[in-house]
Amino acid sequence: MGKYLRRKIIIYLLTFFFAVTIDWIIPRFMPGDPIRTLLSRAAMRTESMELLYNYYNKVFSLDLPLWKQYLNFWGSLFRGDLGTSVYLFPSPVFDVIKKAVPYDILLLVPAILLSWIAGNKFGAFAARKKKLDNTILPIWYVLTATPYMWLGILLAWFFGVVLGIFPISGAYSFSMRPSFSWEFIWDYLKHWILPFGSLFIVQFGGWAIGMRNMIIYELESEYSRYMEAMGAPAKLIRKYAFRNAVLPQITGLALQLGVIVAGALATEVVFSYPGIGYLLLQGILNGDYFLIQGCFLFIILGVLLANFFIDIIYVIVDPRVRRGMSGETA
Amino acid sequence: MKKGTILVLLLILGTMLLGITYKRSETLYAGGGLWAPPNNWNPITPWAAVTGTIGLIYEPLYMYDPISDEMIPWLAESGGWKDLNTYELKLRKGIRWTDGTFFNADDVKFTFELAKQIPEIHYSTIWKWLDNIEKVDDYTLLFHFTEPLYHEWTTNLYQLPIIPEHLWKDRTKEAILTGANENPIGTGAYLAETYDQDRMVYLKNATWWATELLGIEPTPKRIVYLRALSNNVALGMIIKGELDISNFFLPGVPTIKKFYGIHTWFEDVPYMLSDNTAFLFLNTTKKPMDDVQFRKAVAFAINSEEIVEKVFEKQVLPSNPLGFLPLDGWMKYYDEDVVNKYGFEYNPDIAKSMLKDAGYVDKDGDGFVEAPDGSKIELSIIVPFGWTDWMESIKIIAANLKAVGINASAEFPDFGRYQDELYGGSFDMAINNFGSYLSVTIWTFYHWLFFPISDYMGNGNFGRYDNPEVMELLDEFNRTPFDDVEAGKEIASKIEEIFLKDMPAIPLWYNGMWFQASEAAWTNWPSENGPFHYPSTWAGRWQLGGLMMLTDLKSK
Repeated sequence: MGKYLRRKIIIYLLTFFFAVTIDWIIPRFMPGDPIRTLLSRAAMRTESMELLYNYYNKVFSLDLPLWKQYLNFWGSLFRGDLGTSVYLFPSPVFDVIKKAVPYDILLLVPAILLSWIAGNKFGAFAARKKKLDNTILPIWYVLTATPYMWLGILLAWFFGVVLGIFPISGAYSFSMRPSFSWEFIWDYLKHWILPFGSLFIVQFGGWAIGMRNMIIYELESEYSRYMEAMGAPAKLIRKYAFRNAVLPQITGLALQLGVIVAGALATEVVFSYPGIGYLLLQGILNGDYFLIQGCFLFIILGVLLANFFIDIIYVIVDPRVRRGMSGETA
Repeated sequence: MKKGTILVLLLILGTMLLGITYKRSETLYAGGGLWAPPNNWNPITPWAAVTGTIGLIYEPLYMYDPISDEMIPWLAESGGWKDLNTYELKLRKGIRWTDGTFFNADDVKFTFELAKQIPEIHYSTIWKWLDNIEKVDDYTLLFHFTEPLYHEWTTNLYQLPIIPEHLWKDRTKEAILTGANENPIGTGAYLAETYDQDRMVYLKNATWWATELLGIEPTPKRIVYLRALSNNVALGMIIKGELDISNFFLPGVPTIKKFYGIHTWFEDVPYMLSDNTAFLFLNTTKKPMDDVQFRKAVAFAINSEEIVEKVFEKQVLPSNPLGFLPLDGWMKYYDEDVVNKYGFEYNPDIAKSMLKDAGYVDKDGDGFVEAPDGSKIELSIIVPFGWTDWMESIKIIAANLKAVGINASAEFPDFGRYQDELYGGSFDMAINNFGSYLSVTIWTFYHWLFFPISDYMGNGNFGRYDNPEVMELLDEFNRTPFDDVEAGKEIASKIEEIFLKDMPAIPLWYNGMWFQASEAAWTNWPSENGPFHYPSTWAGRWQLGGLMMLTDLKSK
């Protein structure tokens, strides 16, 4: 176990180093100049333009040679400083992300977890019930395959505009200020339900279909047939099938949870929900190196941590991994 | 112990019930000018500041009303040229900063002189032609100029926000240029109350000077300035009456207006006031765009009328050949004779014959003309990806050009690439409007069109049109007293003639001052029948009419 973990940790550290380096390089290869973008919003005289350009270039240390910028980047990273956003000048990137992340977590964690649990249960159930499999599952196929943007707009239009029961934008009413009051919590929930619902529908379908296919595959596999031939009760066979089928689903779940900081860009655009996805998009559009770097850094950390947890969880849920560690061969 | 716990629980419950909700009848919901989460209220960096920082919080010396073409003294009581080199400014007495301190001549002097100390402040160039500022008394200043640039000076009067000396004099250069200036203290009608990622909330300044001195008062107690991430959200909100004023470009307004009673400036076509001119820039450093005849043929080939109809559903107007906005302040310099003589209009036949006369003929029979030297012509027109109205527009332009035999196609790079190509000079043709916005003088417009050439053209003249004569004329125009319209006209006509003869860029249509309002909560919106206020809440435009609009609104 110790050796296994040590090896994993070294691999993760190396991955982190390369991922962060790539994260630093990629924005710098993008066309566009962040300072020009910042200043293009201003109308001013020619002479001022160059002066200002040079000054702000220096403020963001973009006048230094690239290798120096790269070293500075690692240096400030270890101090917990992600730099200043150009798009949101002069906010520090860390503050920008800190403000947006809670919205993402409160929206995405429940959506991913609930859809995962419900989707797996439903998929496993549908695999055994021909009728359900033939009637309801095709609907989920359609919903999952629908362009998300369109589905979101449709939901917003129907529940928000036609029925008028849910608000269609923001995380809480524009007429409110956050406070720990029932009124506010209620308002927050009302704003939360549509983006949550749209994510739930799409992901539920994905999980259910995946589970259903896996279960059918497992039930058709050799060991199931063997057990059946041996006269094992159907319930036991299903239990084994479920345990095998759920493994890839766990990987999927962990990966989903890992990219949570990236938010759900489409959701945030459709429902004007303040999260990090939209910030990242704006960062890219404005060539904001620091914001892009910061957002991706969180994504990298998220994915690595999630993978690390899967590695550990697999030890528990997958006997093959456990056996592999103690030197047995399969 | 138990009693104590219950008491604490009751206390928690009690505070939990105290939410803060704004009253609908006192709150104005506005949108369209906030493109990023609010995070900067620094009037020295207006390009990064939240809309309203200038206008609602910090105020300029003058306001400018583009509809009546009038400069309205604001923090200034009056001002005028004492002689050709001296501008006398008298300030209003009784104006206070929102921290209670009185505003006076020292603040104005400080605001201008700060840019002398710190050349990185964007208006520092004024010190190249301003000699010194003399304080006569607490409310009178004399500006002594070495070389008065009257037109530019007039734009500064309503664009530069005055900052309080007592709060800014001890700030470091860095704090001034890169500070967020949270909790801004100005003289304005509103205070910055609170903000979140998708909103900025302004609270009325109960002791605003203009209420006492001018007898005006903004009606809304609060302005919630919101940021909608997509058009469909803004549209849904305005239909439901949740958004009171929208300065977003919303497609389909002519149709929706009828169904949902949305208020616009004009009751009928074109619905919107004109705000700026979209130009087709031609890269004059590249072949065949370096050929005047070719550029003129392009001008004749483009059907702006078709763009206005198909893309904008007639929400905007096609431009006149000079690109002048249909405003009194600009049109007084519009020389009909010059336009009749050298102007252009949509006429593909003329375009074709012009091409032919200049030697552009189809030699290889592929349906497209070749350059006089026989080389093939293949051009691209660019606009940033996602700017849907412009994307549709350049598709039409490309089709128009193909119709006269010019092989041009529409391309949509992302904004970064667009910027690189446009500013770096590697594009063929591109649409841009960044500096053609309305102002008190055509000087700003021409300064943008004829920006001096450098390696990196980040702020105008993207086609790199090189003509020192026109720059001289423009400086001469700038040096002509603002009131001397006759002298100004003479110079302007010469510039107009050069522009039309050389066609460095082609004016296409006027982008609108997008303005849609809901009458669900607030009435008496500006319109063609009055009240006549320029209905803009964009950054830097509050002082053109947006603030006055607030004083005329009536709660329903």
